[in-house]
Amino acid sequence: MQKAIKRWFPLFVLPTVVAFIISFIAPFIMGIYLSFTKFKTVSNAKWVGISNYTKAFQDSDFVNALWFTVKFTIVSVITINVIAFLLALLLTKSIKGTNLFRTIFFMPNLIGGIVLGYIWLMIINGVLSYFDVSITYDASYGFWGLVILMNWQLIGYMMIIYIAGIQNVSPDLLEAADIDGATNFQKLIKITVPQVMPSITICTFLTLTNSFKLFDQNLALTAGAPGTETQMLALDIYNTFYGRVDYQGVGQAKAVVFFIIVAVIALTQLYLTRSKEVES
Amino acid sequence: MRKLTKLTAVFMALCLSVSAVALSGCNGSDGGNTSDGGSKLSSDSKVDTSSVKEIYYLNFKPEISQKYEAIAAQYEKETGIKVKVTTAASGEYEKTLTTQMANADSAPTIFQINGPVGYENWKDYCADLKGTKLYDSLSDKSLAVTSGDGVYGIPYAVEGYGIIYNNAIMDKYFNSDKKSTEFSSMDEIRSFDNLKAVVEDMTKIKGDLGIKGVFASTSLKKGDDWRWQTHLVDVPLYYEFNTGGNALTNCLNAKELAFSGADNYKNIFDLYTNNSGTDKKQLGSKTVDESMSEFAVGDVAMVQNGNWAWGQISSTKGNVVKDTDIKYLPIYTGAEGEETQGLCIGTENYFAINSESDPAKQQASVDFLEWLFSSDYGKKAVVNELGFIAPFTTFSDNEKPTDPLAKEVLAWMEKDGITSVPWVFAGIPSEKWKNDFGADLLKYVQGQTEWAKVVENAKTSWAKEVQLKAE
Repeated sequence: MQKAIKRWFPLFVLPTVVAFIISFIAPFIMGIYLSFTKFKTVSNAKWVGISNYTKAFQDSDFVNALWFTVKFTIVSVITINVIAFLLALLLTKSIKGTNLFRTIFFMPNLIGGIVLGYIWLMIINGVLSYFDVSITYDASYGFWGLVILMNWQLIGYMMIIYIAGIQNVSPDLLEAADIDGATNFQKLIKITVPQVMPSITICTFLTLTNSFKLFDQNLALTAGAPGTETQMLALDIYNTFYGRVDYQGVGQAKAVVFFIIVAVIALTQLYLTRSKEVES
Repeated sequence: MRKLTKLTAVFMALCLSVSAVALSGCNGSDGGNTSDGGSKLSSDSKVDTSSVKEIYYLNFKPEISQKYEAIAAQYEKETGIKVKVTTAASGEYEKTLTTQMANADSAPTIFQINGPVGYENWKDYCADLKGTKLYDSLSDKSLAVTSGDGVYGIPYAVEGYGIIYNNAIMDKYFNSDKKSTEFSSMDEIRSFDNLKAVVEDMTKIKGDLGIKGVFASTSLKKGDDWRWQTHLVDVPLYYEFNTGGNALTNCLNAKELAFSGADNYKNIFDLYTNNSGTDKKQLGSKTVDESMSEFAVGDVAMVQNGNWAWGQISSTKGNVVKDTDIKYLPIYTGAEGEETQGLCIGTENYFAINSESDPAKQQASVDFLEWLFSSDYGKKAVVNELGFIAPFTTFSDNEKPTDPLAKEVLAWMEKDGITSVPWVFAGIPSEKWKNDFGADLLKYVQGQTEWAKVVENAKTSWAKEVQLKAE
């Protein structure tokens, strides 16, 4: 049996491999190639070397967007994970109606980014109108608006993952700790947190990459206004494509840089949190 | 260790395929370039079009997409050639065109460019239309997009913008016993000073006039600021570059912007924002739609926009503006000699024929456009269904559009002693310049930056964008 599977393995895996190559590998390589060219459509590209990359880094908008994205990611990863974890702790205690609360907290995640962006734009502008300003008045308004929006959307999802993790914490360990006279806080720090480390890994990974790659919420909420001060990387790349004549290649170069950054951050983070995981 | 060698192998394979793609890509582009010079279209039909079954038009205007389908059906009935019309979603034309053009076999044969800058973007795909009847029948040949000897874009709809006003409210003001100016009709308003006097007086008695402000909100939300960063800036640009020769060409070739009309721009912009029903700090979230509906429901007396806005006004729920009351005023900014200034007339809609497509198809596409703008059925459809002010000599006087704003545009174009302002803004070096200027306007109106800084930024950004374009 084992042998047969081994022999026929290439055949069975072929459709997936072909699909993967066509829809992922090929466009990816094409994309990298295009970042070294000047092109209007993908079929009329002309090789220009690394000039697209130098232009990309000379573009102050790109550098601003990079910093804005980094700041946003740090803040939102921390807030989302802390709040989601606390909610998960709360909802794994035996409170009446936990299932209802879980559902409600999870729901924002089901709404698409653009819709959510517009809804929050209305809410935030509605509140700000009492102070006679709107969200585009200052970049910090847009920043915190985005943080609130991102929290609202992702907390429920992360909470579900944390709940699953917390429910898997062995009751034996907790009971043993009780007998040894550990306080609730000690139990949380010494037992629950190490035990849910796999959940923390996956949650930080998801929030980190989602925050870094944020696009539709950014577009719907501020579209980068005022100016390009609240523009995040993905939106900047998108705008580069159509902002200037013959800037498609530069946009593509930015996209490649963006990919490398996301990949490096995600891999480092995975490595770091994985190393803290304990075998249960 | 084995894992590592495997990884290196995969990596090297990847490298190989990258260079393979790179090579084939280079070849492809070479092929594309050589075919460029070869195509020249003429109406003498040297090219046999009998083999053509289908041509493809990528339409720019979503509001009239269904009307094009009816026209296409009629054309197929008459000639047997199918016209495939696809419409790009609002604001998505460049993106749609870019993706559609990528596949040579199914690329549009007729597409649209927005002027000289659009031509720069698509010059590899624009066929020379100099020998066509379509070009010959243009009422003003200078409207076409040209480069060297070639003609690459034919305008098909002239549009005009200015300050739209609701004459019912204006009459109410002129008949009011509380007014403190001497003007008694809009015909007397012939300069910025006149306009300013009337507008500021109206603001004083806005309660009696039943309006919330004179001007509709100056929409400065990102993506909704084109009325200011593109249209309004056209007026000072025109005065700056109208120094002999074609103003648009001068603007296109300008390495630097002196922005000599900056004070004029500030005049009118301040007038708009100081006499509006909307608080200045709220403007960053206002859209064009909101602005137009304020006008339509009678909350304000004036709004700056073009003749395309009539549909928007008339379809607003609770519209109180009658089509006999809707009139135009040129955008006066306090420039010298503006008494003879007319509306801003021009076009951003140019047909271009895809030079990369099959020559027979290119010819068939030209045939279709000539039919649309010269046959009886076609002309009727253009005027009544599409609502264009078509700049072709094939249209007689009784074949002109009937919507009130378009009629007003035509009336202003024909007024004696009035010079229309051309759309010089087509020579602005990039979208980026416009967006940055719009962002600065927002900061200015919110009191976060000085006007002098806005002007300075506009100048430095202009020089930078021109330089980037040259690279």
